[in-house]
Amino acid sequence: MKLVLRDITKRFGSLVANDAISLTVEPGEIHALLGENGAGKSTLMNVLYGLYQADEGEIELDGVVQHFSGPGDAIAAGIGMVHQHFMLIPVFTVAENVMLGNETTGFAGALDLEAARRRVREISEQFGFDVNPDALVEDLPVGVQQRVEIIKALSRDAQVLVLDEPTAVLTPQETDELMQIMRGLKESGKAIVFITHKLREVREVADKITVIRLGKVVGEAEPTATNAELASLMVGRPVELTVHKEPKEPGAETLAVEGLRVIDAAGRVHVDDVSFTIRAGEILAVAGVQGNGQTELTEALLGLQEHVEGSIRLNGEELVGRSVRHILDSGVGFIPEDRQAEGLVGEFTIAENLMLNRSHGKPFVRHGTLQLSRLEEFAEEKLEEYDIRAPGATALADQLSGGNQQKVVVARELSRDVNLLVAAQPTRGVDVGSIEFIHKQIVAGRDAGMAVLVVSTELDEVVSLADRIMVVYRGRVVGIVPAGTPRDVLGLMMTGERPEGANA
Amino acid sequence: MSSAVGTEQHPPTEPEKGQQAPEQDRWRAALREILAGSVLTGVLAVLLAILVGSVLIAATDEHVRETAGYIGARPGDFFQATWDAIWGAYTALFRGSVYNTNATSFDQGIRPLTDTAKFAAPLILAGLGVGVGFRAGLFNIGGRGQMLLGGAAAGWVAYQFDLPAVFHLTLALVAAMVAGALWAGLAGLLKARTGAHEVIVTIMLNYVAYYLVFFALSQQSLLQAPDSFNPKSLPAKESAQLPKLLGDQYSLHLGFILALVAVAFAWWLLERSSLGFRIRAVGINPEAARASGINVSRIYVTVMLIAGALVGLAGANQVLGTVTSGVTVDLDAGIGFDAITVALLGRSRPLGILAAGILFGAFKAGGFTMQASQDIPVDIVLVVQSLIVLFLAAPPLVRTIFRLPAKEAK
Repeated sequence: MKLVLRDITKRFGSLVANDAISLTVEPGEIHALLGENGAGKSTLMNVLYGLYQADEGEIELDGVVQHFSGPGDAIAAGIGMVHQHFMLIPVFTVAENVMLGNETTGFAGALDLEAARRRVREISEQFGFDVNPDALVEDLPVGVQQRVEIIKALSRDAQVLVLDEPTAVLTPQETDELMQIMRGLKESGKAIVFITHKLREVREVADKITVIRLGKVVGEAEPTATNAELASLMVGRPVELTVHKEPKEPGAETLAVEGLRVIDAAGRVHVDDVSFTIRAGEILAVAGVQGNGQTELTEALLGLQEHVEGSIRLNGEELVGRSVRHILDSGVGFIPEDRQAEGLVGEFTIAENLMLNRSHGKPFVRHGTLQLSRLEEFAEEKLEEYDIRAPGATALADQLSGGNQQKVVVARELSRDVNLLVAAQPTRGVDVGSIEFIHKQIVAGRDAGMAVLVVSTELDEVVSLADRIMVVYRGRVVGIVPAGTPRDVLGLMMTGERPEGANA
Repeated sequence: MSSAVGTEQHPPTEPEKGQQAPEQDRWRAALREILAGSVLTGVLAVLLAILVGSVLIAATDEHVRETAGYIGARPGDFFQATWDAIWGAYTALFRGSVYNTNATSFDQGIRPLTDTAKFAAPLILAGLGVGVGFRAGLFNIGGRGQMLLGGAAAGWVAYQFDLPAVFHLTLALVAAMVAGALWAGLAGLLKARTGAHEVIVTIMLNYVAYYLVFFALSQQSLLQAPDSFNPKSLPAKESAQLPKLLGDQYSLHLGFILALVAVAFAWWLLERSSLGFRIRAVGINPEAARASGINVSRIYVTVMLIAGALVGLAGANQVLGTVTSGVTVDLDAGIGFDAITVALLGRSRPLGILAAGILFGAFKAGGFTMQASQDIPVDIVLVVQSLIVLFLAAPPLVRTIFRLPAKEAK
């Protein structure tokens, strides 16, 4: 089925999310939609899926203009969507999830589960999916859950398949498998729209690339284009993709973690017997698929976890059992993985957010009273220094884009006297331009003698920042390897296997 | 939080985070929605409530109903009657709360305004107590209990001791603050230590306080006045009473000045102090506050202590100023709950609470005149008060009625 989007315009108040976007996707083609967060990709796809109505423009399938008033219409017309956050019910089986919303029933309204099972098996076989229709979705790995979503779309005879940031949650291996699946789907004549901001994947699998920036199509590119070309199209200016990092001889041991165990209230062990050290002027990057104990590890370092065993020593001082405030005051900087939940107070101004962890005394508080003029001065300074794009220091953090929000967090942490910087997912959901800036700041911190722990699920980020790489799997350390370790080895380690030559 | 408008999805958040306290988050979200509203929506809510109140006044007016019977024949009568009823009611409200235009002298004419201020004082004090809690994300529904305990403590000090005037009064006020603070602090401590929801705890503590004070007032060995069978204590001694501000001609007493001082203190606390900074951070995003080294539990306890002290002062205001004839279980006179309304209408901002407290004080002062001169049930005033909160709690409703744009869009 051939999909044509013609001059789609979608406005939200004064904001033009999509400005006359046109796109043609042929059957048997993988069309990559490349753009930064907030560029308007998801809005466009929600228009296509009937979730939003376009203000102008039309959608055409095989030459027929469509009017979708909801996802039901879009599905009936042959459009399938795999959302970034899966829309599956964890306690249902695969077959039940696949039939959900399109249940075939038999006598007296009884569900015809057998038909659904058959359909799952058929599709699995056709595309080599290897999915058991009777498995509970919650028991399946993320990559397989994603396949269930694809099966679900295919079971409604989707001819146009939209994959919204499908690789965000996958391991490198799972990503490779997904690419394989996408190629198979393409061969069977499906039209695929592949939304992403990851350049490498686009070049690997796409037949055609359309780049969107600020709601407009800014260019089309061939898969042969270089990463730098694609990135500059996306950002609108030349971008440095590689982090420039001079080799540096690390100094004294700053952080020593030994036998760390983190247990939650339910008794589950999230971090198990983890030991490592970081020296001054060294970046240790923690690689691993999301949910393998990284969150708990960083929280334990900050004193945010309740049940922690083992020892965390910062310059010789034991931190286990100390309060968050004590740990922050002893020189630990923290960039939390979810800036909106833990990094910022959204309804506070930028200035207030910049003093969030320094509300107990100098330099912003005297005799229990806020020193507002001093704070404002400081904030204006940081706005400039960290290139935070905002109307002013009194703008609310909520009003900033993800990249600028993150810069506020980075500015706050790096403007304190920090020996150890714990950066969890420092560039998640951040635009390419800000990623470049934040990476530079982290490296600058390392060069200034900080010990840095970077946690990232993006292998690119790990590889470009790390002096050493620690791979974690199910709360345990698989190994700590040098920066130059090949990606495929790291990918394998992220699944828990320890290849030869990698020592723990 | 984020309306799906225009922006793409936010980065994936950890699913576990959201599950911790969905109940808590919903309360907080609702509260934030209310507090985030503009002054405009507050004014509009008041106007709407007065409008709906007009309809009720007209509907309950006998003359209006009479003329409605022959509305087809002489519609003019009906509209005249309706207008008279509504105009009469609201002018009576004005005469009872601001300036009595029927008075013969200015001294008499201005008396309603001083009454308004008198009624406003405890509402402002208790409203501040509730409002400070709101800013920390805490629903302090325990105003009644805190007022009772504060009032009882002040009353006891006031009749028990013989002390020099200024000293006696100060001691009674401090006693009220301490009692209120401890009572509210109990709820804060339970929340901080065990996670017990403050709404439930403070509501239950209201009952405990009520029956505790009732019991004490019926025991000769405790608070009950000697040789009395009524559940009532001895009157407050002169030396512990809040002095009249404008002479004996007016009932306005020092409590109003106390309220103004409390407004100034609360403003400094919330808008300028580092403690207030932490309180606000905890109120908006406790996760971020915790990750920034703020001890969230300690803030909860501290805030409840401050809130209880303020509400306790409202209790003292009643016992030492408004009704000095002795402590009774009715000393809170519904103020503990009205304080919630005042805090909501004032958006938990000290100056907003001052304005809202004066408005509600005016309703109280004027309500009596309305009933006396126009024979309109005083309940209408309560209905209007309640409608204000209803409209406040439903900003989308008010926005829709007045076709205001949603301010959420980024």
